[in-house]
Amino acid sequence: MSTVTPIPFDDAIATFDPVIGLEVHVELGTRTKMFCGCPTDFGAEPNTQVCPVCLGLPGSLPVANAKAIESIIRIGLALNCDIVEWCRMARKNYFYPDMPKDYQVSQYDEPICINGYLDVTVDTDEGPRVFRVDIERVHMEEDTGKLTHAGGATGRIHGADYSLVDYNRAGIPLVEIVTKPVVGTGALAPAVARAYVTELRDIMRGLGVSDVKMEEGSLRCDANVSLNRPGAEWGTRSETKNVNSLRSVERAVRSEIERQAAVLLAGDRVVQETRHLHEDTGVTTPGRSKEHAEDYRYFPEPDLVPIAPSREWVDELRATLPEQPSARRARLAQAWGISDFDMQALVHAGVLDLVEESVAAGVAPEAARKWWGGELTRVANERGVDVATLSVSHGDILRVEELIASGAINDKLARQVFEGVLAGEGAPDDVVTARGLAVVSDDGALLAAIDEALAAQPDVTEKIRSGKVQAAGAIVGAVMKSTRGQADAAKVRALLLERLGVSE
Amino acid sequence: MEADLIRQPAAVLGDAIAAREVSAREVTKAHLDRIAQVDDRVHAFLYVDTDGALAAADAVDAEIAEGIRRSPLAGVPLALKDVLAMKGVPTTCGSRILEGWRPPYDATVVERLRAAGVIILGKTNMDEFAMGSSTEHSAYGPTHNPWDLERIPGGSGGGSAAAIASFEAPLAIGTDTGGSIRQPAAVTGTVGVKPTYGGVSRFGLVALASSLDQAGPCTRTVMDAALLQSVIGGYDPRDSTSINAPVPDVVAAAERADVRGMRIGLVKELSGEGYQAGVEQRFREAVAILEDLGAEVVEVSCPHFDYALGAYYLILPSECSSNLARFDGMRYGLRVGDDADRSVEEVMSLTREAGFGAEVKRRIMLGTYALSSGYYAAYYGQAQKVRTLIQRDFAQAFADVDVLVSPTTPTTAFRIGEKVDDPLAMYLNDIATIPVNLAGNCAMSLPVGLAPEDGLPVGLQVMVPPQADDRLYLVGGALEAALRDRWGHLLIEEVPAL
Repeated sequence: MSTVTPIPFDDAIATFDPVIGLEVHVELGTRTKMFCGCPTDFGAEPNTQVCPVCLGLPGSLPVANAKAIESIIRIGLALNCDIVEWCRMARKNYFYPDMPKDYQVSQYDEPICINGYLDVTVDTDEGPRVFRVDIERVHMEEDTGKLTHAGGATGRIHGADYSLVDYNRAGIPLVEIVTKPVVGTGALAPAVARAYVTELRDIMRGLGVSDVKMEEGSLRCDANVSLNRPGAEWGTRSETKNVNSLRSVERAVRSEIERQAAVLLAGDRVVQETRHLHEDTGVTTPGRSKEHAEDYRYFPEPDLVPIAPSREWVDELRATLPEQPSARRARLAQAWGISDFDMQALVHAGVLDLVEESVAAGVAPEAARKWWGGELTRVANERGVDVATLSVSHGDILRVEELIASGAINDKLARQVFEGVLAGEGAPDDVVTARGLAVVSDDGALLAAIDEALAAQPDVTEKIRSGKVQAAGAIVGAVMKSTRGQADAAKVRALLLERLGVSE
Repeated sequence: MEADLIRQPAAVLGDAIAAREVSAREVTKAHLDRIAQVDDRVHAFLYVDTDGALAAADAVDAEIAEGIRRSPLAGVPLALKDVLAMKGVPTTCGSRILEGWRPPYDATVVERLRAAGVIILGKTNMDEFAMGSSTEHSAYGPTHNPWDLERIPGGSGGGSAAAIASFEAPLAIGTDTGGSIRQPAAVTGTVGVKPTYGGVSRFGLVALASSLDQAGPCTRTVMDAALLQSVIGGYDPRDSTSINAPVPDVVAAAERADVRGMRIGLVKELSGEGYQAGVEQRFREAVAILEDLGAEVVEVSCPHFDYALGAYYLILPSECSSNLARFDGMRYGLRVGDDADRSVEEVMSLTREAGFGAEVKRRIMLGTYALSSGYYAAYYGQAQKVRTLIQRDFAQAFADVDVLVSPTTPTTAFRIGEKVDDPLAMYLNDIATIPVNLAGNCAMSLPVGLAPEDGLPVGLQVMVPPQADDRLYLVGGALEAALRDRWGHLLIEEVPAL
């Protein structure tokens, strides 16, 4: 197959309308696997979280995990789906070494959740715009094992000397969420795709059904893209598999639009195939052809009884659903008096929950945002850890704020207090004492420092005297420096002006 | 009683062991000795677990000495069909492809046998993955019928039935997907019960067709079957198709053994053309006895039974084509062609080509075809509809009668080699037993005499609605007692000496 030079995105969109479709796999965070009691912890030694059932040993039988079924129904409800009254699992038959039984227990023509939707918001030049993404189905299945191809240069199966298989992942409950084709997004297609996956991730997190870590594969996305000329029939689609970050979702859609447009403009046809996104270059390369659909010989799984969730149960689960992320964001933004933009910043930094908790603990919203979104995020990034894992409590933040309000410390010193708290030096008061961080409030000491600064900068002193009050900053800065930040800048300024006999 | 330990019913042995008239070790040893004497001719066993059996027997004896009796069958030996997983003991399902596999776990049935103090002597021969009616499809050679070593012992559980009939074990476990307990029982003059689907856990039973498979007892007496079903039956949370309800009191029913006032239906479709004259004759005589015992006999029609065989040979291969996919040489058992150059797909193909026998391949191909896109509705889908119609036939019949009866098999035991190359002729052996599996009912086969023309055992099948297993034992117990009164002994006593 010939490779084509992609054409610029704007040119592609000027000629073609994109149709996108997204299939998202979410690994549920249940304690045990879909059909057995093995743990689901990530990162264990290979083949240590296995049993006769998830190894598919002869004679073993699956038993469905009730918690997983509850989770998928909650997901379906959060995505505005109908929950069917009766459905069955199905076997998807194909041979592959990562599949212990050489069939995957999944769902075929009887998915448990159908006909939902999710509204997503994307920023445009004309302001935020809402797109409704229709959801065709949400179904459950078991994950496969994981193959590692060893001995080759690329880590891919071609050229590998041998392959290792780890069945720890085999049988972990997976939920597949499939959208209907999304049309009419135009140039916003990549942004809509990203916003959809982001929103989905936040919903899963809000439901507490998955840790939705794309980098660990607990949320995986396949992006379908096709192009058609306006008004014409939909084109042939490609499917970019296992996109593993939000940014990549956007890039995969964009890259496919650019590539397919070039193919079509060159008079060629788009091949129905799977593709892989290369994280380094942002372009996709072909995987396996889907021109001839594989026959999976689906049939109802005879080892499992049908699933028939009672209406009472579904209603109960509906009644106990948490607030939708979008509604929650709007509510909090209003309560805290912040803009959508500021709210997005908190969401992107992943500190919304933390800010909310701090506010609940009594910290002023502004201060909670400032510390979590600023200094603490900076420290977490520096250390390469999740900000939520930092060893600082909401009580610590509250105390630091009290110390600032009382004038005992200032913002700059507060950062040192957090540094001490994070270093395990104790509570904020302990750090203040141990590090001697109190603001210098002795007027005599401050006046001495002011006199010293004035003497050092006679020209500035002269300017202030002549009424250029704004020049006072230089002297205040010098005093703050000489007191190693332990002074109250406002107080220094007042004393300085008084000393020179000028007023604001 | 020492001289004829091997000829005693399990119930008698269990009581004697509990009363310390004989030790479990002595009983076990007697059966191990019998196996050593005759099994080179019968070939009922694929593996004899001498050490395990004797150790288990000693444990029972130690408990009995302390006054602990785990169950009425504590200390009684049993032969286990090689399709059930038993920890650490080779489990082959009669196939080369599982050669060398020792399961790391016990089937629920095995767990319950152990918990009841039953002594597992070893694993019995079977048609490969339970596909067959003669045990000739075992990769390890056929089992011989103790009534005539030139004849088949039935299948797929021919090993279990032959072990019982040759006094190598008083008890055995079989599995029945389309008749694999009942047909061998019929042709070996023994008792076989297929419990209600979901009545005995399938966990650890290597699946042939998941929606049809059911493990059950193979014994020489009706009471022994009741005792064994009580041990292995009941809800198991590890099998989601297992019925969460108490097992009907089959032992009490076997004791009561009463058919007075019962309405018995003769299934019109399960007689006539294709049924051997002597089989029909012994069957009708047995029905007359039931009438004498106070039952009312009527003829009933189950019109869709005519389609049972066809539906069965779509559903079974479909399920088995998927169930047997896992035997790919990747994780356990045989691996062929792994020369470090061949691809995974090639190794899987070569392994399956070498590891599976012709009948298994035939059914995998049939099932793969029946499930294919474009054919699914016409084959698998239609077969499921027939299944529903058969269930309705049963429901309608049971609205009128309490039990249904028929000959278990159309003929007595045929000669080894006679039908092995004619799959259709082989499949027809199960024509009377298959409807019960499709509907999920339970049924029993018990011996009702020898066919005059060949002197070989004939079986009568009793069929009852799901979860009415106890009714089988009312009929079986009554008929067995009446026949014993007539003959002065059980039919199995007439089996030629080996």
